[in-house]
Amino acid sequence: MSDMNTQAVARYRNNFLKEVEERVEDGHWVRMCMQCGVCAGSCPLGPHWEHSPQKIFMMIRAGKREEVLTSDAMWMCTSCYNCIVRCPRKLPITHIMHGLAHYSHRLGLAPKGQPTREIAKLFWDSLVKTGRVNELKFSLAMYFKDGFGQGIKNAMAMQGVGLGLVKAGRLNPMEILGGHACKDKGGIQKMIAKAQEIENRKKGLTA
Amino acid sequence: MAKKQYAFYPGCSSQKKASADNFLRSIDKVCEKLDVQLNEIPDWNCCGASIGYGEGGELPRLVLSARNLALAEQNMPGQDMVSVCPACWLASRETAERMHESQSLLAEANEALKEAGLNLKGEVKARHFVEVLIEDLGWDAMKAPVVKPLEGLKVAGYVGCQTNRPFGIAGESFENPKYLDKMVETMGAEPLTRYEQKVTCCGGALAFSEPEKAQKQIRDIVESAYDHGADMIVTPCQLCQANVEIYQSEINKKQGTKLNLPVVYYSQLMTVAYGGSAKEAGLDGQLIKAEKLEGIASK
Repeated sequence: MSDMNTQAVARYRNNFLKEVEERVEDGHWVRMCMQCGVCAGSCPLGPHWEHSPQKIFMMIRAGKREEVLTSDAMWMCTSCYNCIVRCPRKLPITHIMHGLAHYSHRLGLAPKGQPTREIAKLFWDSLVKTGRVNELKFSLAMYFKDGFGQGIKNAMAMQGVGLGLVKAGRLNPMEILGGHACKDKGGIQKMIAKAQEIENRKKGLTA
Repeated sequence: MAKKQYAFYPGCSSQKKASADNFLRSIDKVCEKLDVQLNEIPDWNCCGASIGYGEGGELPRLVLSARNLALAEQNMPGQDMVSVCPACWLASRETAERMHESQSLLAEANEALKEAGLNLKGEVKARHFVEVLIEDLGWDAMKAPVVKPLEGLKVAGYVGCQTNRPFGIAGESFENPKYLDKMVETMGAEPLTRYEQKVTCCGGALAFSEPEKAQKQIRDIVESAYDHGADMIVTPCQLCQANVEIYQSEINKKQGTKLNLPVVYYSQLMTVAYGGSAKEAGLDGQLIKAEKLEGIASK
């Protein structure tokens, strides 16, 4: 368990709702949920998650900290925003689910090897490096995330698609040598670091 | 009439030889015909897209868009920021609105932006190119350059998620937006208005991490278009286009289907209807050739 998690447990004791309200993006909305279940019925990945947003919100109120923060449900969000526009109480459900995913990831409680968690990290790393996402390096990093052998297998399985994109002028193999980037990537990196520092300060998060 | 000018935020997928390279070529042609000038924001950065939340916290994500907005304010004063990518638009608009509403959030963003030598006033609006077409130009202006009506072409209008939710185009419903069908009709093609997968999610970024789950969505989207007799699917979204086109061959391989339906952008239909060549419409960038549309272009 991470230090950040130990610190959070000590700080909030049994009040998980308060922890979510103070530390999770749009978490202060959770107590507005009236348990109608429209979000659960609107999610395209409905059959696949462990808990619906509706259940997650009730679990938060019931103080089921570990079950919520280790759930895979938040990582099944495709960001389709169906739940947001259909919620009769206008809860920003998509944002709350993203916020919970991020918080559980930072605390080190999110499921290990959860594929969306892994690609989210690869995507962010790619963008922080140059200010822009390099589609080729991002795809390759994804194929090779489980080691070299599996990477070759994954890349071979998708080579038809890759070659098709290259032929269509929509994937440039030369991107591997550098590719598109912002001029002020140094400034961007400092800006992101500063934003993180402000957020940590505001939410009382210490690494 | 004077050219309409906008601060343009192309986004990562619209860069040269990126996955929506061909989309941008058609957008250029549409702008030329409609007298619209898109001024690229210098040194713009990635918006964080819909998957940035995993590693990036709330403020780190917001400042990504704040930087683009600040660059637009500074370099193209008085111009609205326009995106062609729904994810770019969503992130930019959310940031612009939140910065406009909250002085304390704006102050925090500016503290971070200072590290990159920038400052945001929070006045610039973030808009989608479809809004420019419908709200600033209007249907008559969109129809005026049509020289080759796309007669006989049956098109399933697939709006997808993020062009439609949570913001959407003003006056349209989330469950059954009609503007894309109207655009198809304005170009002289036949919109399949009963197509029921219009706003279904293609899986988004989860097409990478959860391929089976996303491919189930994609199969529904394509099969329904076939059921309605579509010659092709049209979409306003880069990720929808890529997912729905690219994975048809994967689904065929795994599930023994024979999906082979072209997926094009609205701007590609417009370019051809406006008399542009297949190349100008970026049709050389299709993995599944849009033969009927190419046929009209070469007539």
